[in-house]
This record gives sequence, C-alpha cells and structure tokens, in this order.
Amino acid sequence: MTVGLGFLQAVLIIAQATLLAKVIAGVFMNGDSFAEVAPWLAWLAAISVGRGLAAAGFESAGRFGAARVMSELREKLARHLLMNRPGALQAEQSGELVSSAIEGVAALENYFARYLPQMVLAGIVPVAVLAWVLRYNWEAAAILAVTAPLIIVFMVLIGLLTEQRTRKRWERMSRLSSHFLDLVGGLATLRANSQAYSQSGSIQAVGEDYRRETMGALRVGFLSSLVLELLAMIGVAMVATAVGIQLAGGHLELVAGLTVLLLAPELYMPLRQLGAQFHASADGMAAAERIFEVIDQPAVVSTPAEPVPAPDPARWSVAMEGVSYAWPGRERVLESIDLELKPGETVALVGPSGGGKSTLASLLLRLTEPGSGRISCGGTDLSEVDPQSWRRQIAWVPQRPTVFADTLAANLRLFNPQATDAQLAEAIGVAVLGEVVRGLPDGLETMVGEGGRRLSAGQTQRIALARALLSEAPLLILDEPTAHLDQDTEKELAEAINEAASGRTALIISHREQPIARADRTLLLNQGRLGEMVNA
Amino acid sequence: MIAARLERTPLGRAALATRNRWKLFTISVLLGTGTVLAAVGLLTASGYLISRAAERPEILSLTVAIVGVRFFGVSRALLRYGERLTSHDLAFRTLTDLRGRFFERLIPLVPAGLDGSRRADLMSRFVGDVDRLQDLYLRALSPPLVAIFCSVFCVALASIILPVAGLVLAVMLLLGGLAAPALTRWAARTAGRRQSRARGLLAMDLHEIAVGGAEIAVAGRESDWLERSREDDRHLVSLQRRDAMSGGLAEGLGTLLAVGAAVAVTAASIPAVHSGELNGVLLAALALLAMASFEAITPLSQAAAVIDATDEAAERIEEVSERPVPILNPEHPRPVPAGGPIRLDGVSFAYPGGDGLLLRDADLEIRPGEAVALTGPSGIGKSTLSELLVRFRDPDRGRITLGGADIRDLDQEELREAVRLAPQDAYMFNTTIAENVKLGRPEADRERIVEALAEVGLEDWINSLPDGIDSLVGEDGSMISGGQRQRIAAARVFLSRARFLIFDEPTAHLDPDGAAALESHLVDRRDQGCGILVITHTITDPQAFDRVLELRDGTFREV
Repeated sequence: MTVGLGFLQAVLIIAQATLLAKVIAGVFMNGDSFAEVAPWLAWLAAISVGRGLAAAGFESAGRFGAARVMSELREKLARHLLMNRPGALQAEQSGELVSSAIEGVAALENYFARYLPQMVLAGIVPVAVLAWVLRYNWEAAAILAVTAPLIIVFMVLIGLLTEQRTRKRWERMSRLSSHFLDLVGGLATLRANSQAYSQSGSIQAVGEDYRRETMGALRVGFLSSLVLELLAMIGVAMVATAVGIQLAGGHLELVAGLTVLLLAPELYMPLRQLGAQFHASADGMAAAERIFEVIDQPAVVSTPAEPVPAPDPARWSVAMEGVSYAWPGRERVLESIDLELKPGETVALVGPSGGGKSTLASLLLRLTEPGSGRISCGGTDLSEVDPQSWRRQIAWVPQRPTVFADTLAANLRLFNPQATDAQLAEAIGVAVLGEVVRGLPDGLETMVGEGGRRLSAGQTQRIALARALLSEAPLLILDEPTAHLDQDTEKELAEAINEAASGRTALIISHREQPIARADRTLLLNQGRLGEMVNA
Repeated sequence: MIAARLERTPLGRAALATRNRWKLFTISVLLGTGTVLAAVGLLTASGYLISRAAERPEILSLTVAIVGVRFFGVSRALLRYGERLTSHDLAFRTLTDLRGRFFERLIPLVPAGLDGSRRADLMSRFVGDVDRLQDLYLRALSPPLVAIFCSVFCVALASIILPVAGLVLAVMLLLGGLAAPALTRWAARTAGRRQSRARGLLAMDLHEIAVGGAEIAVAGRESDWLERSREDDRHLVSLQRRDAMSGGLAEGLGTLLAVGAAVAVTAASIPAVHSGELNGVLLAALALLAMASFEAITPLSQAAAVIDATDEAAERIEEVSERPVPILNPEHPRPVPAGGPIRLDGVSFAYPGGDGLLLRDADLEIRPGEAVALTGPSGIGKSTLSELLVRFRDPDRGRITLGGADIRDLDQEELREAVRLAPQDAYMFNTTIAENVKLGRPEADRERIVEALAEVGLEDWINSLPDGIDSLVGEDGSMISGGQRQRIAAARVFLSRARFLIFDEPTAHLDPDGAAALESHLVDRRDQGCGILVITHTITDPQAFDRVLELRDGTFREV
C-alpha cells in the first residue's frame, strides 16, 4: 500500500511540475489567455487534491501500522511475562514497561507514518524525477545525478560517526532521569536529614551537565542535516543557474527549463526528510526496543520438550536434594539444601531475614530454576515436568499478595474459579474477613485493587489466605502469612492457617511463633543452610 | 498583554519560563524566520532567473539573480543549523530551570503536603511531565511567530508585485495556518479522549500480568488474563484505526493547501499578465514564492498537537508544585536551645478527613539520656507522633517544645539537626552503602561510617561484601534486604549529631534475635546523652528501656 502510494506520489509530483511550467510558459511566452490554460489549471487543482489524498493515505496507513505493531508486541509481551517469566519482573520496572507498551504507539507513529513513507518516497521519487528531467535537459540531470547520491553517502557517513555519541547520550539521559527519580523518591528522607535544600543545587548542576553534553552531541548530530541541506540547496541553485544560462543561450525552451527547476527541489525533498525523520524514528524504535529487551530475556524456568505428567504431591513426597541457588552476580542464598515434605505433613521454615526462605519457596513453585541439585516429587525430577501443570497443584500465599482489579469475590476465587458461594462464605469466616466484607459498599461484589477500593496490607494478606483456603491443591506454601498483622489478628488467623494446612502437605514460612505453633516439625534456614530445630 | 493572558493557564505559565532566556528565544525566532525567508528567496529568485533568461538577455544581466540564488541556497542551510542549535539550547536550559524550581517547591511539601499522592505518581510528574515540556519549547513556541513573520513578509512581497496575488496568497496562508492545524488538533483531541479509557484498562491488564504474574501462573489462570488483555487491546486498536483516518485527513488538508497555493496564485495572476499589470517575467517567481512560503506554515500542525500534548503535562506539574505549603518556617527563627527535654503539651492531632483524633490532649516528655519505647496496634498514630516531633506536621492543638522553645519558632533544618527520625520506610538512594549512611552527616569520614554501621550490627555483613561499604544498594535498596535497609537507616541517624533519635519500627523485618540485638544497640545510645524513642508494635525486651509507653485512645500510658 505504501509503495503504491509512493508511485502515485511520484506521478503527481511530475505531472504537477510539468503542467505548472506549461501554464506559466504559455501565458508568459505565448500570451495564452486564461480560457486557453483553464483546462490545465483544472488538472492542476485535481492534482493538488490527489497529493492531499496521498498524504492522508500515508499518514493513516502509518498510524494504523504503528497501532497494529504495538498491539502485536503487547500480545507477545503479555504471553512472555505470564508463560516464561511469571513474577520475574521487578515492580519498579513494570510501570515503565507498561507505559512504553501503550504510549509507545505515539513514538512508533513517527517511524511508520513519517520515516517509512520517506524511505519509500526516497526510493521512488528521485529516480522518477531524474528520468523525467533527463527528457528535457541532460546537464541539469547530470547535476542532480551527482548531488543526490552524495547526500546519501554523507548521510550514512555522518550517521555512522554520530551513532556512538547518540547512544552515549541516551545512556547518560537515562542515568540522569534515574538520578532525578532518586532525589524525588527520597525527598522525605532527605528532609529528615536536613539535606533537601543542599540537593536542589545538585539538580541544577546535573541538568546543566546534561545540557552541555547533549549540545555537544547535537552540534555534531545536526551537522548531518546541515550537509544535506547544503547539498540540496546548492544542487537547486546549480540547476537554476545551468538552466538559466542555457535558456539565455537559446538552447532550451522555457517550459523545459521551468519543469526542471520545479522538479529539482522535489528530488531532494524525500532525501532531506529522510535525514530529518531519522532521529524521530530512532526515538520510536527505543520504545519498541524496551519491550524487545524484555521479550528476549530467556524463560526463567525451562519447559521440557517432552514433559512427563506432573506427580501428585498428595501421594508422594516432595524432595530437594543438594539444591543451591545464587541470584545473578551475588553470593549464594541457598547452599546444598536437602528437604523432604511428606504427604500430609506441615513443615515450618524459620530463619533470619535475607536467609533465602522466599527463594526456597519459589524454587518449589518452579518460578525459579535451581542453580544445582534436583527437586523431585515421588522420584520424578520436576525439571522433566511442565512447570504449568506442576504449579496447578499448589496453593500459595506470597509475601506480598496482589489484589487484582476485579470484584472481591473474583479475587477470592483466584485458585478456584468454580468455588461455590457457600465455600466462599466459609473461607471468609475462617480467614476473619467477615467484618471487612460487611464494611464494603457492595460486599463481595465490591471492585477492589487498582481503580477500585484500596485494601490495607493486613486485609490483603487475609484475602490471600482465603484464596488458599478455597484452593483444592494438595500442596500449600505460605510465605509470611501474618507479617503485616498485629498480635490479636495474628492469633485469630492461626486457626485459619491450621485449617488451610490440614489434609494437605504444607510449608509455612514465618518468623513469628503463632502461625507455626502446630507444625509437625520446624526447620531453620540460616545463611543458606538448612537445619532441623527441636520443637520446644 | 500576551504575558498577562499566558499567566492564566498552567501551559502559559510553563511557556513563560522562557522569559529569563528571552535573548536566546529571540535569536531562535530570528534564525527560524531567516531560514524560511532564505528558502523563499531561493525559489523566487530562481523563478525570476529562468523566466528572465528565457527572454535571452545578455548573460551578464543575469549575474545578480545567479548570485542571489547561490547566496540564498547556502545561507538557508547555515541558518537552519543555527536555529536548531539555539532552540535546543533554549529548551534544555529552560527544562533545567523548571526542574530546579519544581524540586524546590516540592521540598516544603514533603511529607504533609503530599498526603494521598503516590511516590510513583510524583516521580512521573517530575521526570516524565517535565521532559514532555521539551516539545513545548522546541516545537510550539517559536513556529507560530516564525509563521506570522514569514507570512507577512511573503504576502507583502507578493502584493508589491501584484496586489491580487498577495490577496490570494494571504487567504491560502490563513487557511493553511489556521484551518489545517485546527483540524489536526480536533482529530488528535477526539482520539485522545476516546482512547484514554481504553488505554487505562489495557495498562491495568498489563500491569497485573507484570506484577501478579507469579500468582496467576500458580493459579493456572494464564489464559484468563491473556484473553482479557487481548480483548482490551482489540478495542484500543479499533479506536486507533478510526482515529488514524481522521488524523490522516487533517494531514492531507495541509498538503492540499500547500500544493494548491501555487496553482491558485498562478491562476489569479494570469489576467494581470494580459492586462499588462504584471510583467510576465514575474509570473514564475510569484508561483514559486507561494510554494515556498508554506514552509513556515507546515510546522504549525505539529505545534498545535504539541500544545495539546504538553497542556496536560503542565497541569500535572502545577497540581503538585502549586499546593499550599503546610508547614511554614518562622520568619525570625529562634536559636535552638542547647539542652532540655522534648515535650508534648496537650497535643491533639487528626488527619484532615481522617477517622477522628489520633492524639487527644496528649502529654509526653523524653529527656536526654533516656530510652523510651512506644507500642500500640498498627494505625493508632505512632508514626504520626514521630512526624510531629520533627515537625513534618503541626499539631491541631497544644504545643511541642524542645528545651522549652516551641518547635514552630525554630528553623526546621536546625530542629532536624537536633531531633533525627529514622522513618519506617527509609529511602535508599541508588548509590553505595557509605553514601547512604553519610546522608546523616555529610562531613563524616569513612571511619565514622564504618563505626556507625558496626553499631547497628552490620559489621559482619559489610565485611562479607567484596566492595565493603562501597557496595551498591540498588534502586531504592532493591539489592539489600528489608532488615539491612532498616539498619542502614538507623546507622544514618547514629552518624548524626542529633540529641534526640527517633526510630520508627526499626525491627519490623528482623527475626527475633536480630530485633533484640538491634534494639539493644539503639538503647545503648542513651549513654552518650541522647534521648531515644523506639516505636514498635512488638518489643523484644521491655527491661532494656527506661520506660515503655503505650499509645491508646490518643494518649500515652506507662506499661
């Protein structure tokens, strides 16, 4: 479509120049009357409309292209995040990523609606114009034929020269933004330390630094457009002079001379535009690249090519043998862990913060791949099982549960969408949520989460617990289920935790005593090593 | 007069930020005008040159036109280069001014003036919205002025050659300069309005997938969330398809007018050639003049779009920066008394629109050399008390004194040198551990920093790190644990020379052993003559403190 429009555009440009020259030369040299040139003027009017439509076509096609490409990217992104890297993204990154995924359309429009059409035009129009000019005057054609490729050569040369500087500038800019973000984020802390006003000078200084650096880069960067414009303008001037001298010598008709003169700027136009839009399109691509970066990250947990069916933790023990794990670039958090969860038993996991308890949970959930060692259930190595089918057998209360933007009821049914109202009511009772539900304007049908009713950390934790109660999965993992609650509520919830753990295999992580009081055994995870604790 | 009108809107006020840079602004407008006029000169002179040449005069008589053509050609390129550099310089300078001003406005608002705004939102205003204003300075302010100057010049020139040609050109320029941008603007606005809800929904879907992905995956509900986001995406794309059409039409109108102008001017001038009013040799020059004059008009559509896009950004910035300052510094601050206790006398406090009084006629005294623990269930007002003591908020009734002086009469910065708070959610700056601790006292040397870290029980951890105290903590402490964060915050306070140290929930993320150890470190500080207040909802060792208070029903009671 864009290529077709490009050819149409080339034809219109040439026709317009030829006709306008014909009219002007006719009136000036032959004394044609208005009536004589009227048909040509009518054609010219039609061509103007045609060019308007072609421009409209380029713009709409480009915008729509940008929207479609972004939509495809978003689909890929969502799939990748859910299927290959669930939960692996840090919360700070997510805001930025989501905004590039949606607002990136505007930036990409520059690429599709301006840069891409110019590419097409730059490929078609100069050649067509050159061919047409050649019909009239080979000298002018020669000038154009020499200068136009020069423009392209210079553009590429300068582009190569400035590329590195441009990239450096981008890096510096992102460092600068994060510095600003840091200062604003920590403003309360700065104030508490009487340091806020002394930092406001640093904002000025960093901004000034950035400006100086950017201007340095731009002085070079804009050189490319300076060269382009110089070449284009000199080209036009040379054509005008050459044509003028030939006309004066009587070697050329005015119609031909005018046509050539009118076409000369049109030949350079797409080339110049290409140079100008190059920067804009680079911005657009940056938004897309931000998403590609995430999509290109490998899956956290590999899915085997020929997965075996997931073993049932209700019938077999889940075991970790010699499992170690280290966050990339950090010391080890887990050091050859051996652990067995027998069917139906409740195991408590305690230990100092930062000791690797949550990492152990995400290994069991197959949200993270162990560095070495093996995790198995009933002798089946879990790396041979499709992680999705394994996870389906686990109910999980994470340390920071997510409240999804939906009704409270839908949130509670996260693990079990088929749960009946009666089951729901029971879980609410056990998780001490009754009062919370009664306090909501529409009860269970109240919208919660982003854009809905905000819930406190303690309420969120109870919702997560109720979710786990409703789940029928045979393995339960609770990660600090009472961290944000005061002691009274914690006491009330101990009941809910026991209820949730009964009849299935459970691993409860906590550094409080209350939630793990009824555990069959308690394990201590300290500095990456696991040890049994004697129950007091 | 224009300035007075601009004062009235946030965008206008943002535009006026260039006032301090008016020289740079003037230069960029002049260079912009020069650029367009050089292009006009090039084409007009070329048209004249060729027509004149067709009359086959002496070559010599063409020299002036030939030189003119070359001069305009070269100068246009150079002027354009200069204009781009000046306008970018202006934009960056103004943005730096703006950022500095916004930050300074923000300082006195923290934290009481910003209740109810989320940190992420503030940050997006400070960085994203301020950056967005770059387009305002770059593409919206000078193009209208350049367009007016150039249009007036071109119309005047055309009118001198042939009045009716000037009239036609004026009409076309007006249409091109007003109707096309207006249409572009209308199209963009409708699109923005229609799409914003769809964008919001989709953003939420993707956000949930990003943040709650692990839970969705464990629940096996991936396809439900994918389906939902796909549906919302389809809806957005269908809106975008419609809006792409109207955007394209606006673009097309601009082109139609630009191309049509040359045709219209030529058509209008033909009768004058026959009547002898216009020398035919100038006909081509007029047509080319009309063509070139649109170079000043084309950027206006973009300028209109930029104004709309930046309008919201300017508003969002002012929404924060123009809030009233809740805590004012006294005009003539008293010197901070050298000694004495910090006291609450009959203090009452409630959040505006909150659930009633958190403090009710409360009295409290903390003396130097005394360690006090404060307990009570969460949400009862313990953290509020800590903010009152460092004057992050003012009480509704009663007064707080330091060494007998009402803290409202003291300079805030000096007060906080004497009374230091380690807040519950202390922020970690994305730099080294040492720099983060140093915040407590910028002039402290490395030895003192290491000492302070040892005092909060981080010695072993620091020694285990390859870079020691020069290890990075990551974005808001993302590379350290919650417990380590709280200890670093405590070390910050230890490093300061404050006489009263307040710790808000310093042990919330620690295991019982770690909590007890840290608590005893905090209490030890009283031996250096400091008054210590530890706020916590679980005390590990009440005996360690001189007094344990409970906040209940708005007053303090000894336990």
